[in-house]
Amino acid sequence: MLQEITSTDTGCLTINVGPQHPSTHGVLHLVITLSGETILRVDPHLGYIHRSIEKMCESLSYRQFIYVTSRMDYLSSHINNHGCALCVEQALQIEVPPRAQVIRVLMDELTRMASHVLWWGAMAMDVGAITPFFHAFRERELINEIMEETCGARLTMNYMVPGGVMFDLHPNFQKRVKDFIPFFKSKLDEYDELLTHNIIFKQRTQHIGVLSREDAISYGVTGPTARASGWACDVRKRVPYECYDRLRFEEVVEQAGDCYARYLVRMGEMRQSLSLVEQLIDNIPQGDFQAKTKAVLKLPKGEFYSRVETARGEFGVYIVSEGGTTPYRIKFRSPGFSNLSALDHMARGHKIGDLVAIMGSLDLVIPDIDR
Amino acid sequence: MTLRNYLRNIFQGLRSLWTGMRRTGYYFVHHKEIITQQYPDEPPRLAERFRGEVVMPHNESNEHRCTGCTACELACPNGTIKIITKYEVTPEGKKKKALDQFIYHLELCTLCNLCIVACPTDAIKMSQAFEHSVLDRRELIKILNKPGSRLMDGVE
Amino acid sequence: MWSIEQIIGALNQWLQHTLGNVGAAIAAYILLGIFVILFFSVLGLVLVYMERKVSAWMQVRLGPNRVGPKGLLQTLADTLKLMSKEGLTPAGADRFLFNLAPVLMIVVSMLLLAPVAFARNVQIWDLNIGVLYVSAISSVSVLAVLIAGWSSNNKYSLLGAMRSGAQIVSYELSAGFAILTVAVLSGSLQVSQIIESQQTGWWIFRGHLPVWVATVVYLIAVTAETNRAPFDLAEAESELTAGFHTEYSGMKFALFFLAEYANVFIASAIGATLFLGGWMPLHIGNWEAFNRVMDWIPSSIWFLAKTFFLIFVIMWFRWTFPRLRIDQLLELEWKYLLPIGLVNLILATAIAVLGWHF
Repeated sequence: MLQEITSTDTGCLTINVGPQHPSTHGVLHLVITLSGETILRVDPHLGYIHRSIEKMCESLSYRQFIYVTSRMDYLSSHINNHGCALCVEQALQIEVPPRAQVIRVLMDELTRMASHVLWWGAMAMDVGAITPFFHAFRERELINEIMEETCGARLTMNYMVPGGVMFDLHPNFQKRVKDFIPFFKSKLDEYDELLTHNIIFKQRTQHIGVLSREDAISYGVTGPTARASGWACDVRKRVPYECYDRLRFEEVVEQAGDCYARYLVRMGEMRQSLSLVEQLIDNIPQGDFQAKTKAVLKLPKGEFYSRVETARGEFGVYIVSEGGTTPYRIKFRSPGFSNLSALDHMARGHKIGDLVAIMGSLDLVIPDIDR
Repeated sequence: MTLRNYLRNIFQGLRSLWTGMRRTGYYFVHHKEIITQQYPDEPPRLAERFRGEVVMPHNESNEHRCTGCTACELACPNGTIKIITKYEVTPEGKKKKALDQFIYHLELCTLCNLCIVACPTDAIKMSQAFEHSVLDRRELIKILNKPGSRLMDGVE
Repeated sequence: MWSIEQIIGALNQWLQHTLGNVGAAIAAYILLGIFVILFFSVLGLVLVYMERKVSAWMQVRLGPNRVGPKGLLQTLADTLKLMSKEGLTPAGADRFLFNLAPVLMIVVSMLLLAPVAFARNVQIWDLNIGVLYVSAISSVSVLAVLIAGWSSNNKYSLLGAMRSGAQIVSYELSAGFAILTVAVLSGSLQVSQIIESQQTGWWIFRGHLPVWVATVVYLIAVTAETNRAPFDLAEAESELTAGFHTEYSGMKFALFFLAEYANVFIASAIGATLFLGGWMPLHIGNWEAFNRVMDWIPSSIWFLAKTFFLIFVIMWFRWTFPRLRIDQLLELEWKYLLPIGLVNLILATAIAVLGWHF
């Protein structure tokens, strides 16, 4: 029995964390090598939820392929759809009406909040506090109800279409969002009470999984994870799309690069998203919610790339078109994949408990990594 | 670490823990904050746009609006809809294409709404039914046009 | 009014009358055994229900409410389910040790019940080193955890067990110091005498600062000793799936589960005895009228109320805090609780010698 447990000479312990494990948030499989409790090496194994979405998209028309991308990063499905719609619009040079732009940004920011709220609960769950998870779902439920009312679905909305959005906003939308804003603000303060200032939580996250700015750049880490390492890489600021260039918001950047910094960046982003929604909710211009487009979209021959900032980082859509109704090749640059690649670097030398905290702070969505 | 810092650490730590305990304690005694919806007892509040499944509305005289143009079938990303058409002889003696069977595979449907958007005659719409579980998956293959139904007058 | 003391006295007399001295002793032991087993099952049912309701309310949920009125029979249904489940023994496990561990765990908890004073003069065994006995026996439970983790032939279980070993052994110390603080003040290790010494007021009121510190230290230490969040590193659901009992199922798992709650109850009962006066009603100096009203409330009610209050506090911890990491856990013990406990013990001794307590 001894020989089975300790793997021979080196005294190292190799453990499979996942594909079924409470803290891998899905079917991520990590093979970790331990010396005692200290992590020597982390090997992520992917492929358990590979659905070949990129290949599927090659057989779908430019209106159809957008819905599949909701299934990648299902927590920011709106933003994924947005990226795809942007790429098609860019190729066809469709001018999106101002109302549609504002609706898109509103939905993106609501999605970002919903995603970060869920992350907050899951992060707390990973470090062992269970109550925040339920509190987080209370707020997420409200956002989901707002989504459901306007888009008809709660998770995979498929609301963005090339040229705008699928339907107009629901008449109740403004009122419900306005009710939500002060409620969410008060709950964010509760989040601080429960977790942000909690000494145990701070101990668990400060100086854990430090990622320097150089490493963040070289691993291609984006999103809140990179911004926590001091790399200002928000696509909404650097390459503004839709009406982001006309909006006032701050890019939340922390310098420490540890789990707590990543936590603070996301908490800050929730507040920033809230202020974006606050700015826009009373200023939705009148007009069309969708530009006039042809029934069958044919992209010109060429290569097209667009990128958006999802809740996890930079999401890129790269379409190679041969001039037909379906793409010749589609490549998605998903933020989770690059973020996960830095896990080994961050986790080495830490304890198992830290690995879980680091994974929580990376905000991994496995279908986004595996596609 | 001086003794002063040591004691301050303890005090601040305890205070932060107490803040959290006060918050959970608040929820422990304030039962009106409970948000559980008891689903089968309390009917869920569904939005009017909620997408549950595709249905084809019929009017009182068993007429629908589907011309069998297959726009929805083409728009569907995963082959959920299969339309079988037939030729009907109109009173004037002309042959005309009409809907025979609108086959809808609920088990394949991702409820993306593209077929509804594509339909030129508003023949199909989304219903709010969401309790789809059945014991036999064949029951999920539905024929949306009712037996004996025909095209509504004036819909081209 | 009938008190538990009188009922037991009458029962004892009746037994001696009908069975003679030896027969009565044997019958008493059998009855005692039945009582302990029944008490444990009821305790498990009540505490699991309580935990589920407490957690639900803190998490803005309703908690169990389907089986029986207000969900009261939910835990009974769960127990039936656990009993009907298959108890798997994984291939490659050490069968004997694997099956021994849950039994050992529950036996240790049962042994701990001996010196607990449930009401006035109702105690299974009032030995003269009662609190020492509790400290000594409770550390045996770490053996059960180690055996369970080792014999499961599962790496998660092994890691959980090793964590638990380090944890329980170290927290035993500060729990001991906290207990000693009261022992010094009351001048006895016997549970009944410790309770007697609180006749004029509970130690938490009379002993002021050192007892307050000791209470906090004791609560933290027993939370760690009973392997409950935020110190549930041996289980650590999000890290080690279920730690040392990953491989257990059915009734064997239920025994671990039961033992955890039984340990919480006993830890709280000892805490209530030491700091809150056990079954002793709330007495304030020489307010005769007030004291008489308090005396009218049965002593068992006093004991249970105090114990359940402490259980609630321990549950409150669990549903509020994140989990510590193993090195932080040991740091908390060796760098904070232990020095504080030591200084506190010296302070308590000085106060006891100088008679500065009330």
